[in-house]
Amino acid sequence: MAVETPLKGNIGDSIKRKEDDRFIRGRGNYLDDIVLPGMLHMSIHRSPFAHARIKSIDTKAASAVPGVIAVVTGDLLAQHKLAWMPTLSGDTQAVLATDKVRFQGQEVACVIATDPYVARDAAALIEVDYDVLPAVVDPWKSLEPGAPLIRDEKEGQKNNHIYHWEAGDKAKTDEAFAKADRVVKLDTFYPRCHPSPLETCGIVADVNSATGHATLYMTSQAPHAHRTLFAIVAGLPEQNIRIISPDIGGGFGNKVPIYPGYVVATAASLLIGKPVKWVEDRSENLISTGFARDFHMSGEMALRNDGRMLGLRVKMLSDNGAFYADAQPTKFRAGLFHIVTGSYDLPAAHVETDGAYTNKAPGGVAYRCSFRVTEASYLIERLVESAALEMNMDPTEIRLKNFIQPEQFPYMSATGFEYDSGDYPRAMQLALDKLGYKELRKEQAEKRKKGELMGIGVASFTEVVGAGPGKHYDIVGLRMFDSAELRVHPTGKAILKLGVKSQGQGHETTFAQIVTEELGIPAADIEVQEGDTDNTPYGLGTYASRSTPVGGAATAMVSRKLRDKAKKIAAHLLEASEADIEFDHGKFFVRGSPSKSKTIQDVAFAAYTNLPDGLEAGLEGVTYYDPPNMTFPFGTYLVVVDIDRGTGQVKVRRMVAVDDCGVRINPMVVEGQIHGGLTEGFGIAFMELITFDEEGNCLGSNFTDYLLPTSWETPKFEMGETVTPSPHHPIGAKGVGESATVGSPAAFVNAVIDAVGHLGIKNIDMPVTSDKVWEALNKVGAAE
Amino acid sequence: MGQSITVTVNGEQRSAEVEPRLLLVHFLREKLRLTGTHIGCDTTHCGACTVLVEGTPVKSCTMLAVQADGQQVTTVEGLLTGGALHPIQAAFKQEHGLQCGFCTPGMMLTSVALLQEKPDPTDDEIRWALSGNICRCTGYMNIVKAVKSAAAQMKAAAAVPAETAAARS
Repeated sequence: MAVETPLKGNIGDSIKRKEDDRFIRGRGNYLDDIVLPGMLHMSIHRSPFAHARIKSIDTKAASAVPGVIAVVTGDLLAQHKLAWMPTLSGDTQAVLATDKVRFQGQEVACVIATDPYVARDAAALIEVDYDVLPAVVDPWKSLEPGAPLIRDEKEGQKNNHIYHWEAGDKAKTDEAFAKADRVVKLDTFYPRCHPSPLETCGIVADVNSATGHATLYMTSQAPHAHRTLFAIVAGLPEQNIRIISPDIGGGFGNKVPIYPGYVVATAASLLIGKPVKWVEDRSENLISTGFARDFHMSGEMALRNDGRMLGLRVKMLSDNGAFYADAQPTKFRAGLFHIVTGSYDLPAAHVETDGAYTNKAPGGVAYRCSFRVTEASYLIERLVESAALEMNMDPTEIRLKNFIQPEQFPYMSATGFEYDSGDYPRAMQLALDKLGYKELRKEQAEKRKKGELMGIGVASFTEVVGAGPGKHYDIVGLRMFDSAELRVHPTGKAILKLGVKSQGQGHETTFAQIVTEELGIPAADIEVQEGDTDNTPYGLGTYASRSTPVGGAATAMVSRKLRDKAKKIAAHLLEASEADIEFDHGKFFVRGSPSKSKTIQDVAFAAYTNLPDGLEAGLEGVTYYDPPNMTFPFGTYLVVVDIDRGTGQVKVRRMVAVDDCGVRINPMVVEGQIHGGLTEGFGIAFMELITFDEEGNCLGSNFTDYLLPTSWETPKFEMGETVTPSPHHPIGAKGVGESATVGSPAAFVNAVIDAVGHLGIKNIDMPVTSDKVWEALNKVGAAE
Repeated sequence: MGQSITVTVNGEQRSAEVEPRLLLVHFLREKLRLTGTHIGCDTTHCGACTVLVEGTPVKSCTMLAVQADGQQVTTVEGLLTGGALHPIQAAFKQEHGLQCGFCTPGMMLTSVALLQEKPDPTDDEIRWALSGNICRCTGYMNIVKAVKSAAAQMKAAAAVPAETAAARS
């Protein structure tokens, strides 16, 4: 039997993941696995109403339950100035309600007890006397004059309007529309959905009353930023706060915000002097923590008769719930939604956005997405489909005609993004070839003659990920750089410490591979550490596909810094001039004589034992990397569906996904990320929905109502890749964690519309359920 | 008011006084500190808490500990034999069948039960068997691959002793 040479872990090697060894043994260390001596348990009493004034809170019965240590209300927090906290969008959010409740499921009071069952029993015994107020759940109605004022506690807030934000050039866009042969319009709603990581959110807060040190174990995608916010919110000295983000059971944006439960558990631990654990249940996760999307979008495209796009006009209203708690860069009120020109060379564009308060849970996190890129990508790709349908053009032809061409990069978009690199026609061609597009179009034509419904959906998305640069992108003022610290020990083994934090992406493997590529130390000899603020350099965390673009770049740069120093030591060992030393895959040698060499391990040992005069000992360094630009991953996704006219059921027959995320560090991990993202995109397109009745009752509060794709529904995916490196990233990588969730929903919905568009059905909003499809077919007399 | 129960967990008899309302998953996680069994939804949908009770996959978030009295329970910690990985564990790593790892113990235990019943399952049989276990990260393709790969490994391993026996006779 042939013996495989073990891969060293260079870039491009699909080595197996280092983190898996503990996970397959059930030896991960997730938040709920943490138990501290004397630890107490917290349970939250939540509002049953969407909008109600609190008249009184009676905690007597709860306090009397044996095992209850304390009941915390908003009034108690107010005494410590903790009843309200700032959000990531510069708004405020109630920690525990003092005046009103503003959404169903809002946090009203907390019970701290010796046992989690007792805490829940007692929380149910808290009695709150409410004056129920009219709720408003529709953002359009919320903006009408006379609508119930949700944020009456905010000085100067006279209505439910949050922000108005624009991008692009209005006059130039109006001009483009004036000279257009035709205008295509699409109104579409990207409904509220929820990231629903399989592990819910939680904290174990351990405040030592003797030393004042707070150790907070938290399900955090951004532990360093959270530490700073805790210091600001709770007024604790930052050096006394240590946040440890343990193994995380999926994040997808849900673990970016700071939630009231974290704050109350920390305050309770401070007041009681014992560790306090709070882990939400699934319903709490769905009804109160960061939801996603909820964008009402209206797009208009100006075109010439030959299909050339001239301009784009977009209006968007976002439903932000009761508190504007979106996680996004400060200067961009609707995130990066203005990437809505997508993959197309649109000479003019104008985007107008507004936000509204409603009596719904706050959030607006980017569910596997870089700050609202998903909604933008969906709108443009659906709008292009509408244009193709109206103009009777093939959806691939209209795209090919309007793509930004490879030679146009770097490309300045009409809304102000400088796209770094791309080759859109190549990705599309590969996808079409893989699918056998032409044959399938023939099949479709045949089927249509027989009255059968088959559709082919196309989406050619472009993302913008990897924030900063810090001068443009910050969160509550914290610039969006990221960091890496590398320590090479005398034996040539290394520890890499990062400011980002994996939630399953495989950082312990892929970031080690960057060091392997740059320094030649095998990945197996590199330990990657993240998540502990005492032990890792400051960084903004993992979301918006920024780990590889920013943290990965920091890793490459710190490795190069160490390589430069290693060169000096190698020159000393080889008795040569530093200028004559060359480096190749872990070996230093004198130019022209590669036989005389020193390994990185020799040099590491010498860094502690045999240094040239004047050089500091050690082989360690830290880099804070502020990217010069964002990266722009792209791809083409194709979906084939068959629709049953009798039931409206959509069956996904095939899906081809061609992704270009620049250089792939570990292709196995990249493909895994894409599989997962496509599945979440499939779920959003066909299943996932958080909706509300008129009184503001949440109708997606558990997995019976909030449907997630299982192995049974999820289609199989056929993958393809092109590689267009990012010119500004040290290793040419662009990030891939979110591409598939960004790009795929439009491909699925376009496939459905491609199947039924000829019947006059122009749009079906997500989730595209069987009943909606059947209703649409029935309306045009095409249902069976 | 406690009730005393004895459950054989991963081959070891464990006795305890428990509240009748204590869920099996809390008994395993809190009383026995076997934290490889996770909690994802509380309502029997997601399967993160799947364990084997008498060899059958059960969602331990909706079974009471007292209902397991006198029964055999296997958790992910019981998949190792003498420190060696079960073929399903090796296959999940080999085929990249996990990312965050939260669903993995439940996925592997459901797969083990499937392979007991059907040593050579088709893709559809695997997908159907695993449809009560939700994974938010992998998109299932590599999980299906992992189960197939484990099936092949187990078949090959089962064939070896038989051949050895044949050679001896």
